[in-house]
Amino acid sequence: MAILLIAEHDNASIKAATLNTLTAATKIGGDIHLLIAGSACAAAAEAAAKLAGVSKVLLADAPHYADQSPENLAALVVANAAAYAHIVAAATTGGKNFMPRVAALLDVAQISEIVAVEAPDTFVRPIYAGNVLATVQSADSIKVITVRATAFDAAGEGGNAAVESLAAGPDLGQSKLIGRELTKSERPELTAAKVIVAGGRGMGSGDNFHKLLEPLADKLGAALGASRAAVDAGFVPNDYQVGQTGKIVAPQLYIAVGISGAIQHLAGMKDSKVIVAINKDAEAPIFQVADYGLVGDLFEALPALLAELGG
Amino acid sequence: MAVYVSLPWPMVLTAIFPYGTVRHPYDSVWPIVRSDFGNVKRGVLRYRLCCRLLCRVVIKEKDLKILVPVKRVVDYNVKVRVKADASGVDLANVKMSMNPFDEIAIEEAVRLREAGIATEVVAVSAGLANCQETLRTAMAIGADRGILIQTEVELQPLAVAKLLKAVCDKEQPQIVICGKQAIDDDANQTGQMLAGLMGWPQAAFASKVVVAGQQATVTREIDGGLETIEVALPAVLTADLRLNEPRYATLPNIMKAKRKPLETVTPEALGVDVAARLKTLKVAEPPKRSAGIKVADAADLVMKLKTEAKVI
Repeated sequence: MAILLIAEHDNASIKAATLNTLTAATKIGGDIHLLIAGSACAAAAEAAAKLAGVSKVLLADAPHYADQSPENLAALVVANAAAYAHIVAAATTGGKNFMPRVAALLDVAQISEIVAVEAPDTFVRPIYAGNVLATVQSADSIKVITVRATAFDAAGEGGNAAVESLAAGPDLGQSKLIGRELTKSERPELTAAKVIVAGGRGMGSGDNFHKLLEPLADKLGAALGASRAAVDAGFVPNDYQVGQTGKIVAPQLYIAVGISGAIQHLAGMKDSKVIVAINKDAEAPIFQVADYGLVGDLFEALPALLAELGG
Repeated sequence: MAVYVSLPWPMVLTAIFPYGTVRHPYDSVWPIVRSDFGNVKRGVLRYRLCCRLLCRVVIKEKDLKILVPVKRVVDYNVKVRVKADASGVDLANVKMSMNPFDEIAIEEAVRLREAGIATEVVAVSAGLANCQETLRTAMAIGADRGILIQTEVELQPLAVAKLLKAVCDKEQPQIVICGKQAIDDDANQTGQMLAGLMGWPQAAFASKVVVAGQQATVTREIDGGLETIEVALPAVLTADLRLNEPRYATLPNIMKAKRKPLETVTPEALGVDVAARLKTLKVAEPPKRSAGIKVADAADLVMKLKTEAKVI
């Protein structure tokens, strides 16, 4: 039986998390059909066809898929689910939104945010903010799975799959998009960045984020992140948040500045390869996971660090 | 009160006030009471009483009920431990609390009632008998009553969604507000599943909710920023962190909550099969990160990152 992977895309290109999800699907084994549902999204389908490991691209092109409303998307997936043993998507806010709806309509369980594939019916997933890993086995005929992107490598190009059109379902018209306020940034996306510079309550203000952290991020080609405390204090927008309920990241280098390291924050970044912590409190829990700790005032340490890096 | 709701408005008025009503300039209907023409003092008292009754009837007619599912979970400050036989997490003598996201959901529902938009807030919990405590907490925050679906079976999100569907079929709420995820199993499924089972629209990860008429305008937290959508009621919303800051339950409200009605049902009575679909084979603690070294200063740090870690 084949695997249906629902791609996340912007109608022109495939989002990075889908590439990691594709690797997870490859580990399950079987033909992988990639579903692109969108509006005027032929370019995304072409990009998907080039991905290594994809055997077929299904293209559902209709105006009512433009906003990726969970009601319409779930109905489309359910209508085409019978031929598949696995339905897979990335555990992004998009995947988390429509996949449980798919599972409920199929009367099957969903296995959320898997980090490893043990067998086609057995998966490992984190619970309790990543403090425990549970190995779960599904007894359902169709396994609905969301994948934690940071746990799998990104799939590369090199495929040449056929693109097949899929009949669109009806527009259920249950929700209407009013608008989106997306944070504009020249920096890499948080979940895909190789280096992340993150600030916490210790930064003191949003201004200090601009003056002290942004130059460092620019110097290192890094994405900017934040702890919940910094977001709640209004220093930065909500989509900067790294943690159990924010974004889960695993960059090569994570620099935590003025972050004490609550378990909910650690849950979002402790899989980073190298962690650097800068904090004036030597007892802060962040130092228990940091490879390199610098105890000191960040208002002195950051300019010094920038100077050392040749900024 | 259901009788009033189903009766046409003029019939209700005639039944209660046989002497008719007048239109008040501030757009409410005022009844004429016979004794208004007699003993003035008593007439005023009766007049006020009637107005109060009338108010209740008016509110009931525009019924907007909110259902809030709440889950009892290990307190977010507790560092959980895996049992020695790897069969699960050790929950003996561990502090339990209401799932923080559900607290936000209750707070939002109560605020909607306080704003005069909702008329009733019903909290629902499913699980062991001591989920009653969680329901009492919800009622101390301001829920009007509680429903406990009592079972010894370990409930998974699909089973909970089916139980909630059975409750929704009976209670007919206009809005269900769930927490976006429970901090124990981190599944993030139940609200979306319930919406699917009911065939209702969903607005997950809400950071702002505005209800007007038969519509909710919801601002949602998404990966790149924020998204605002409009859904027709009935609908399921799920609460994200920044929707509100839940109040602390005051002692008088905790006492009051003890007297609020709490109904207990079973999955069997609701006709729902709650058998688990996922089997947990084992649980384990992830490999621990050990603390590294402390560096002297920025120069030392940059040198180590370049030569030792080779990440910059």
